[in-house]
Amino acid sequence: MLLLKGGRLLDPTSGTDAPHDVLLDGERIIAVETPGALNGRAAGAEQIDASGLVVAPGFIDLHCHLREPGGEISETIETGTLAAARGGFTAVCPMPNTRPVNDNASVTRSILERAQAVAHTRVWPIGAASVGSHGEALAEIAAMQKAGAVAVSDDGKPVATAKLLRQVMDYCRALDLPVIDHCEDVSLAAGAAMREGSSSVRLGLRGMPAATESICVARDIQVAALTGCRYHVAHLSTRASLDLVRGAKRDGLRVTCEVTPHHFTMIDEEVGYDTNRKMNPPLGSREDRDALIAGLADGAVDVIATDHAPHERSTKDVEFDRAPFGILGFETALSLALELVHSGKLRLMRMVELFTAGPARVLGMRRSVAPGEPADLTLFSTSHEWKYHVADSASKSRNSPFDGRSFRGAPMMTIVAGGVAYRR
Amino acid sequence: MPDRFNDLLAIEPLEAAEIAFLLDQSVPFLEIQRHPLKKLATLRGKTVGLAFFESSTRTRISFTTAATRLGADVMQLQAESSSLKKGESLLDTVRTLDAMKPDCIVMRHASSGAPEFVASRLEIPVINAGDGAHEHPTQGLLDALTIRERLGRLEGWNVTIIGDILHSRVARSNIHLLTKFGCRITLCGPAMWLPRELENLAGERASIRRVANIEEALSGADVVMVLRVQQERLHEPALSLDDYILLYQLTPERLRLARPEALVMHPGPMIRGLEIDPVVADGTQSCVLEQVTNGLAVRMAILFELIGHGSDANAEKDSSHAAS
Repeated sequence: MLLLKGGRLLDPTSGTDAPHDVLLDGERIIAVETPGALNGRAAGAEQIDASGLVVAPGFIDLHCHLREPGGEISETIETGTLAAARGGFTAVCPMPNTRPVNDNASVTRSILERAQAVAHTRVWPIGAASVGSHGEALAEIAAMQKAGAVAVSDDGKPVATAKLLRQVMDYCRALDLPVIDHCEDVSLAAGAAMREGSSSVRLGLRGMPAATESICVARDIQVAALTGCRYHVAHLSTRASLDLVRGAKRDGLRVTCEVTPHHFTMIDEEVGYDTNRKMNPPLGSREDRDALIAGLADGAVDVIATDHAPHERSTKDVEFDRAPFGILGFETALSLALELVHSGKLRLMRMVELFTAGPARVLGMRRSVAPGEPADLTLFSTSHEWKYHVADSASKSRNSPFDGRSFRGAPMMTIVAGGVAYRR
Repeated sequence: MPDRFNDLLAIEPLEAAEIAFLLDQSVPFLEIQRHPLKKLATLRGKTVGLAFFESSTRTRISFTTAATRLGADVMQLQAESSSLKKGESLLDTVRTLDAMKPDCIVMRHASSGAPEFVASRLEIPVINAGDGAHEHPTQGLLDALTIRERLGRLEGWNVTIIGDILHSRVARSNIHLLTKFGCRITLCGPAMWLPRELENLAGERASIRRVANIEEALSGADVVMVLRVQQERLHEPALSLDDYILLYQLTPERLRLARPEALVMHPGPMIRGLEIDPVVADGTQSCVLEQVTNGLAVRMAILFELIGHGSDANAEKDSSHAAS
């Protein structure tokens, strides 16, 4: 047994924000009581002093890339999930764009078997929507779901056509699986290295307009309305896209979206020629960033997801327009979100919801700190001062724009299935 | 005023005084071009590495000539014969070049920002000879020298630039440079090459306007810069060339709308009959060939500024020299 004593329990599902002790037994939470009330029952339990810390349900990252199989030079399930645990995540959802693509149950099973052996967090794979994510034939979605896939996506690119998306959504509605789409009009994005705007014009880099994303979001929402499927927008980055999601929610559609820490933190003016600020979707305008923060606060955004995208150093150490898209995300996500809390733009409870109950709802799960629930907990400090050194990252890659950034607040302990996966 | 520049990567970060200094330094080298014997020993013992990752004839020859007229040796890396074709990274290629110990690297690259990337990783000075659609700083300087030589000063002119502004590094360097001297810039060309963001390119105080109509754009111009239509650089569906000629070719009739002695400039290579009427190209207002000559002087001045200090007689007798 493990007793977490004296922490401030923040549970968005129950609305609890008060000191509580939490008793774990094996892989389950068995009691949640006011401080001291469990002392008798927990006799002999290992005790962890959580005073001064927030005790939250285990964080879920709905969007990441673990690169295994096929990209082990950049990341593995072992290194990626260790980085995730250090970021406070207890479960991560790797996207299917591995080599081979996770488009069949045998790849899904091999990822889960590997995770069972080496992972530091739970791994909930996302399966491809189409075979090879080529946008032609439907992948064996039901078989992947049976093997453990929690959603489908052709992430890295959008589901290719409205016709295919309709088939995927019809099919997934029957399976009760969410469809996650990387929204991009590929013709507008072709050859672009950043967001189109004053910065791209100044730098002489080819830009993609903000509409590149929202054109696809509009298509997807209409297909979601046609099929009734649960639809989730990956890494939403523009004001226009968010307005479309707001409208869909008003219309009662089952539409959700996620925003990454880098999109709510940085803007296109900061890109320079730094390949660690190159990602897709690209950093947006100041207005977009402000709209995303407003959406995080008011509920239009459902999830903070990292889009953790490791790239081996030499692939990023190239000309800007030749560099691959994507940056590391696990280890800095919570601290970047706390920046919004410290600046008064986001309430702490709401922030916790965006990392826990929010992503759980997208996956059709519950997430709370209550007896009988899985013993997945994230303990973090809102005041611990530290500096991020990417050289010390648990990831195999180093592509973070936040190297050297000073933070206030950090993950302090990550508990997965009753075991301590990370302790600062 | 800096007594040394570390690199020359772009015009944008330079101050007007620094630009004026480089132009002043160019004037003596301009005079040398008129001498029967043009070769100096100023950079004897120095090596200039030329790394052209994108094809170029005139800029490469100009830098080669500038270096050799200063007495320097030149190391040439040609993109066609380089290991880039075999998959080597830019960084490995320039590190290899650097290991042969040139005193500076002059580089051209199709990727915007590539010279800045290289400069951040090498100790030696890097001169940007054109990067993607970003900047072409020596072109900006030679154009400024040309205006100053012809019109007597650089400040306060009405400068009209015609063509594919969006993809033009020449336009960017000229806009940055000329607005620092209070010139008013008029940009003219097809709408998709003339995004609104260009008006913010050089800060709030800069006077930059976009005009779709060439007659309006030329009215009152003191300097007219014609850009080449870069057919090979276009990603979007190609514009109709017939339309381009109809709307944007600089013809004698249109040039008459500018000030009487307005200069006509072109960075080359020039396609007669497309962006410019041959009569204008060869007319008395054209500075096209002076631009080429001025380019030599500007590049000699820049090489001297970047690697010439310490190359006096004593330095040449330096023991490390003998050891090699």
